Amino acid sequence: MSATSTPNAPTFVAKTKGGRITNFVDERVGGSGILREFGRKVFPDHWSFMFGEVALYSFVILLLSGTFLTFFFDPSMAETHYEGSYTPLKNVEMSVAYSSSLDISFDVRGGLFMRQVHHWSALLFVASVSVHMLRVFFTGAFRKPREMNWVVGGVLLILSMAAGFTGYSLPDDLLSGNGLRIIDGVIKSIPVVGTYISFFLFGGEFPGTVIIGRLYMLHILLVPALILLMIVLHLFMVVVHKHTQYPGPGRNDGNVVGYPLGPVYAAKAGGFFFIVFGVIALMAGFFTINPIWNYGPYDPSPVSAGTQPDWYIGFVDGALRLMPGTIGDWSVEQVWFGQVFSFNVLLPALVPAGIIFTVLFTYPWIERWITKDNREHHVLDRPRNAPTRTAIGMAGFVWYCVMWAAAGSDLIATHFHVSLNDVTYWLRALFFVGPVIAFIVTKRVALALQRKDREIALHGRETGRIVRLPHGEFIEVHAPLDEYKRYKLVGFESPSPLPAEPNAHGVVDKKEKRRALLSKWFFEDRVAPATPAELAAAHGHHGEHEAIESGESQKTLSH
Amino acid sequence: MGNHSDGSPNHSGTVATAGQNEVEKFQDPGIPPHRLRLADTDPKAAKRAERQVALLFGTSVVGTLIFLVAYFAIDLGDDTSIATIRLQNALLGLGTAFAMLGIGTGIVHWAKALMPDHEVSEERHAIRTEDDRQAAVRIVDDIVEETGIKRRPLIRNTLLGAVALAPLPAVAIFGDLGPRPDDKLAHTMWAPQEGKLKRLARDPDGTPIKAADVTIGSAFHVIPEGLNELGEGKLNEKAKAVVLLMRLNPESLNPSPGREDWGYNGIVAYSKICTHVGCPVALYEQQTHHLLCPCHQSTFDLTQECKVIFGPASRPLPQLPIAVDAEGYLVATSDFLEPVGPSYWERDEHERNINA
Repeated sequence: MSATSTPNAPTFVAKTKGGRITNFVDERVGGSGILREFGRKVFPDHWSFMFGEVALYSFVILLLSGTFLTFFFDPSMAETHYEGSYTPLKNVEMSVAYSSSLDISFDVRGGLFMRQVHHWSALLFVASVSVHMLRVFFTGAFRKPREMNWVVGGVLLILSMAAGFTGYSLPDDLLSGNGLRIIDGVIKSIPVVGTYISFFLFGGEFPGTVIIGRLYMLHILLVPALILLMIVLHLFMVVVHKHTQYPGPGRNDGNVVGYPLGPVYAAKAGGFFFIVFGVIALMAGFFTINPIWNYGPYDPSPVSAGTQPDWYIGFVDGALRLMPGTIGDWSVEQVWFGQVFSFNVLLPALVPAGIIFTVLFTYPWIERWITKDNREHHVLDRPRNAPTRTAIGMAGFVWYCVMWAAAGSDLIATHFHVSLNDVTYWLRALFFVGPVIAFIVTKRVALALQRKDREIALHGRETGRIVRLPHGEFIEVHAPLDEYKRYKLVGFESPSPLPAEPNAHGVVDKKEKRRALLSKWFFEDRVAPATPAELAAAHGHHGEHEAIESGESQKTLSH
Repeated sequence: MGNHSDGSPNHSGTVATAGQNEVEKFQDPGIPPHRLRLADTDPKAAKRAERQVALLFGTSVVGTLIFLVAYFAIDLGDDTSIATIRLQNALLGLGTAFAMLGIGTGIVHWAKALMPDHEVSEERHAIRTEDDRQAAVRIVDDIVEETGIKRRPLIRNTLLGAVALAPLPAVAIFGDLGPRPDDKLAHTMWAPQEGKLKRLARDPDGTPIKAADVTIGSAFHVIPEGLNELGEGKLNEKAKAVVLLMRLNPESLNPSPGREDWGYNGIVAYSKICTHVGCPVALYEQQTHHLLCPCHQSTFDLTQECKVIFGPASRPLPQLPIAVDAEGYLVATSDFLEPVGPSYWERDEHERNINA
């Protein structure tokens, strides 16, 4: 713009040919400004920040391998007789979709490899999105100003599962067909509109002849487009917010400490893409995934025992298994006013997933309301330093895992030679008790770790060196921490419960009282960070040999 | 860094300060001093790292070659064995892995060993400045003012109405995604056609079953005669009509009133479609007379007319009334007397219609 307003200013002339091309582009789109803004942008470094990168990279690999597969896959459910080179299925009647999936596996060179790359990276994609969200939750990275990005992440998790499931069904093999059958059964249990949704989805009765084509369109166009859109939003907000950083010396909410994008961070992140690709290629080369040729074409009659859905659908399938259909002689399915309410299907299919995603989406606002904390946070919490949040997270995680384990109840039973019914009864109990136990245990462990941190900060680290003093007493020598290591252990907030405060009218209303109760529950058990005064006191206790701790004084000091 | 080093600015009445009597805190000592790496001080070590990076990039080239050789040298003819395909797949995987990991680890090693590892601190800037906020509010106010939408409620309201209704065609246009369900789920192929009873046939070859073939303790997977001859919609019919046929000692069956003649000589037929979410109930435990669904482990007791004794299913499996025709073949005397498979909203209504 300034170039047009000052035509007489001396213009820059590049010396090399490459420079002239770069300059040509730059003069027209203004790349210099972008480079100036981002070229040296600082990114903090930590291994746990890589999960999001794994998710992004596996999505790129999904796009690449998926595009290859579309060149050979035919999503038609027309009947055909297999003529490919896999002899056990020669002349078997099957759909064109299944037949072309077999052709990709056996008659397209590298086709099997691409199928396996695609399936493995799909599994890895959902897994890395999930683990990334766990990391964000447990470190409190969802706090202001990142609440909206947390929600975008939740949408991405749902979309990644949708992408996985629509793709899983495409080969039209026996296993995925049974998966669709279960989906159909769940849809039919929806009150009022269930039967219509089922008929509209399958274009008539199950399985019909259109479902694969419809899922194909969702799988290769709509869902990936939405994922791409969400990823753009997600990364845009990462740039706006800049990355969070772990607590430590020199790090605070006003700065970001790490490596500049160019060259170190770009090299590490860029190199990591190739590493993710390499690992997926190794898995695809050596570990068979979804051997559709073993299952045969879809047929509503046969089913094999011990079959499992892809892992991310497991928790819904497990919930379906856990729900009893009859309690005593009372049927959970009810007929009211002449209409059927299949609570035995409806409740497990919708309620646990509904609770998990509702809590997931609203948690940043719940915590913000309880803590009244409206500050921006760019320094992460170590999970131990937010014991109640960590405990809530673990309770949810254990709940999920119980349901997930239930999806393999038959395999657990056959593998460990126990009764299938007993496995189910235990898992039903754990469904209710597990999260409670997880909450209590996690909170205690977090508090214990905080106390440990405190002790190390005040008394130094155990060296393992036992010294005998002249008067016969044995002591273990403790080495004091340097100030950087100590700051990592003491530089955190430990909020205490925030009592109910009157509102603008000077009244403490019911909502505020409830908030105060929750705040008490949240922050009641706390370990305050060690203070310089305490450190001085701890050292003063020992007189001259301040690095040395006697067992006795340790006892008196640790409380 | 100063007083804000603990990450708790004291200006917003925060939790961190509430209830704490302004206890003195440790001061942030700042970023730890930079420690030099071996490659920073020892030129030999730097040279070594350089060679290692080059070696890793070289490995990548080898991987690419492995891939190309495996792709072109292993030919998938018409009679390829599974072993050949596995070998090719493994080599393609190995080649790609080397090609990618070589580049990836090479770059990362280069970054870690040779590029500067000084940690840099950068200021964060406010996401929104008060200046911008006020300017934005002014702009929005001006825009709203210029449209005059507040002064002309007629325009606003008619626009809202039009916009609210406009998406309706977009919903309606999906009406042809599928036909109306009507009572399609209530009927199966087992209904006698023109007075002719349907024979029970073996799944999948479709040969009819003679009562004499069914010995005590045996079980058959059954489809209706004529299913395999259907062209279009064969799987749809099969998804409703599949049946399990078993023969027990007649004494161990306890038919309820009205169902005494639904079996023949201890031979009974039940729908194979689970009443839970529709998986085939494919496992028959001969000793206990239990039927088990492998998907969600619903268990049905044959001796109690397939009542649910375990698992998530709520209703017994529907029984198909059977008899023997003049030639000794098993036939269905009627269609199922209730809809088969998973429950749905109108199911009870359909059942009442069937029995009316």
